[in-house]
Amino acid sequence: MDYFAQQLINGLVLGSIYGLIAIGYTMVYGIVGMINFAHGDIFMIGGFIALISFLVLVSLGLTAIPLILLIVLLVSMAITALYGWTIERIAYRPLRHSFRLAPMLSAIGMSFVLTNFSQVSQGARVKPVPPIITGGYTLHEGSEGFAVQLSNVQIMVVLATIVVLALFTWLVSRTRLGRDMRACEQDQTMAALLGVDVDRTISMTFVIGAALAAVAGMMYLLYYGLVDFFMGFVAGIKAFTAAVLGGIGSLPGAMLGGLAIGLIETFWSAYFSVEYKDVAAFSILIVVLIFMPTGLLGRPEVEKV
Amino acid sequence: MSATSARPSPAAQPSGSAFILKKALISALVALVLFSLMIGVRTEAGPQGGLIYWTRFGDLAALVATVFGGSIVVELLRQWWGPVDKDSIVPKPVQSAISFAGRWLAPALLVFTFLVPVIFYNQRYILDLSILVLTYVMLGWGLNVVVGLAGLLDLGYVAFYAVGAYSYALLATNFGLSFWVCLPLAGILAAFWGVLLGFPVLRLRGDYLAIVTLAFGEIIRLVIINWQSLTGGPNGVSGIPRPTMFGIPLTPGDDGLAAKLGIEFSPTHRLVFLFYLILAMALLTNWVTIRLRRLPIGRAWEALREDEVACRALGINTTTTKLTAFATGAMFGGLAGAFFATRQGFISPESFTFQESALVLAIVVLGGMGSQLGVALAALAMIGGFELFRGLDQYRMLVFGIAMVLLMIWRPRGLIGHRAPTVFLERNQAISSDLVKEGHG
Repeated sequence: MDYFAQQLINGLVLGSIYGLIAIGYTMVYGIVGMINFAHGDIFMIGGFIALISFLVLVSLGLTAIPLILLIVLLVSMAITALYGWTIERIAYRPLRHSFRLAPMLSAIGMSFVLTNFSQVSQGARVKPVPPIITGGYTLHEGSEGFAVQLSNVQIMVVLATIVVLALFTWLVSRTRLGRDMRACEQDQTMAALLGVDVDRTISMTFVIGAALAAVAGMMYLLYYGLVDFFMGFVAGIKAFTAAVLGGIGSLPGAMLGGLAIGLIETFWSAYFSVEYKDVAAFSILIVVLIFMPTGLLGRPEVEKV
Repeated sequence: MSATSARPSPAAQPSGSAFILKKALISALVALVLFSLMIGVRTEAGPQGGLIYWTRFGDLAALVATVFGGSIVVELLRQWWGPVDKDSIVPKPVQSAISFAGRWLAPALLVFTFLVPVIFYNQRYILDLSILVLTYVMLGWGLNVVVGLAGLLDLGYVAFYAVGAYSYALLATNFGLSFWVCLPLAGILAAFWGVLLGFPVLRLRGDYLAIVTLAFGEIIRLVIINWQSLTGGPNGVSGIPRPTMFGIPLTPGDDGLAAKLGIEFSPTHRLVFLFYLILAMALLTNWVTIRLRRLPIGRAWEALREDEVACRALGINTTTTKLTAFATGAMFGGLAGAFFATRQGFISPESFTFQESALVLAIVVLGGMGSQLGVALAALAMIGGFELFRGLDQYRMLVFGIAMVLLMIWRPRGLIGHRAPTVFLERNQAISSDLVKEGHG
């Protein structure tokens, strides 16, 4: 039971990170109808920028950890958001009305660009960081010496996810921008006729998605204590799996799917085999798409002829 | 450029140096922010395990200046060129010249390819490279059946390549079967896996299909890595037997081909043999594809690509149509994989990453999705281009990615971007107006 509780905590933390990335996929899919293949690499860039800005801040002589973390978070969100904006501008906007496969292939190309850009600029080796947030609580001392631990990092990851999600939900449901986004998702032509700046709204979608991915990248850095240039690929596919599992286009679905994937992956490696955890995650993607193509919270897609 | 001037001009673009300068400044500013940390600061794991960093403001300044200058040049070019009309990128006379050349290009290319081992007999490097190019031509033609003809976006094609390669490698090393027995087996096994993948994704379309095939490719690779007792895991399979010329080995020994023919042995013989082998396999792929296109199944593939709903309404069985497309494409992938294994003599999961899938897909899309000649030219351009950048080593994939994005923006439908159906009506049939009146059909 203790072992189970520990895995539950680990899975929820991992799931929060996946969920944050998955929102970026599901938002872009909802509005533009394409899979932003480069989104996983945006997450990786976010992690790198968090790492570098953290190093710079520490060497500038800042010592207050909460202040550092706040600045790092804001800096990485801002710069990563600019990456998202630039990518949409360069690689996707010219292809918006092109044929179906073109944006997808352009996105794959962009994913290669980002992966190799960070490999060239920051080197191929894994970048470790010493634990920044230490300490934690022992929730339950088991009889066989197994203790259920809840570390401060885990609390912080989950708290940050909840705060970011609350902000994001407010943005989508209460602000002008959120209304524009929902309008564009339903009908771009009609939205444009009613005075919504479609181009700007789509740009903002990428910006917000990238900012959320940056939060996920920073949480990943804090939780696992390392970044490398190739981490975006697998994380990206898993987050996409989460988005599909939750029902693509549905924002709460993406978070739910993220938690589900995180839990499944953690339990799989805890009880079955670590080697096949990625196989498990990808198999779930296939199984979900066969039996439940609309996901948990998605709407069925009606094809008009 | 009469075609462009006839069009209503789009909203008047502001021009002038102030506008160009402003745009370039904005680009430079964006570049400065984007690259400030990623280029300006270089991190590395220090000797004690901690992280160290040093600054590279010189590189950062150079890069931002490049972006500034580049965006001025691009903007000037754009204004000098005038508004770009998608159709008139290639002027009419050039188009007709191309179509004239196109008629003779394929036979000329084929003759040249046949002569490559004769012309470059002493240049091992060129022979090796052309074998590689032909392997990708075959892979491209195989994937073309799935993507170009049937319109099913497959991002996990490399899985079938891996299945073929491992089938041959394992059958040959464990049971001592010869290449010529294993080659059809590898094709059949890969086709079987194609059907296996095809079944679950029958109901999916477009992007979903792409992601599922990608996941499938990754699953195959992960299983190969982790099933150490069978596949040797990350260490791969080594000592794969070389192919024999129908039982006669290409070795310096007494029973070798050279000894039997009474000529002096040279290692180039094997290369030449491999060259003609892959050429024959690629041409077989091409021939089968061209023949299939004229059969009902090929027409069904093309119909499926254009409109699945209409296809079903016309009574085409979309299930078998999709499955045969997957199986046919996978079979060619498997055959190419078996060839790859026998050429290399050693295979490991590293050869079957997603990058390979993306490369083959890029070849197919660049070649114009469905055009056999286009795919061959694209494979030549891509693999040749890759070789040109071999000196740049770590920048190679970066350049590949940038090229892929730029090509998509420049020509989304590929270099030879036509999608002419194989069969069509000779002339439009006149339909009486009372047959198409609204409400009557």
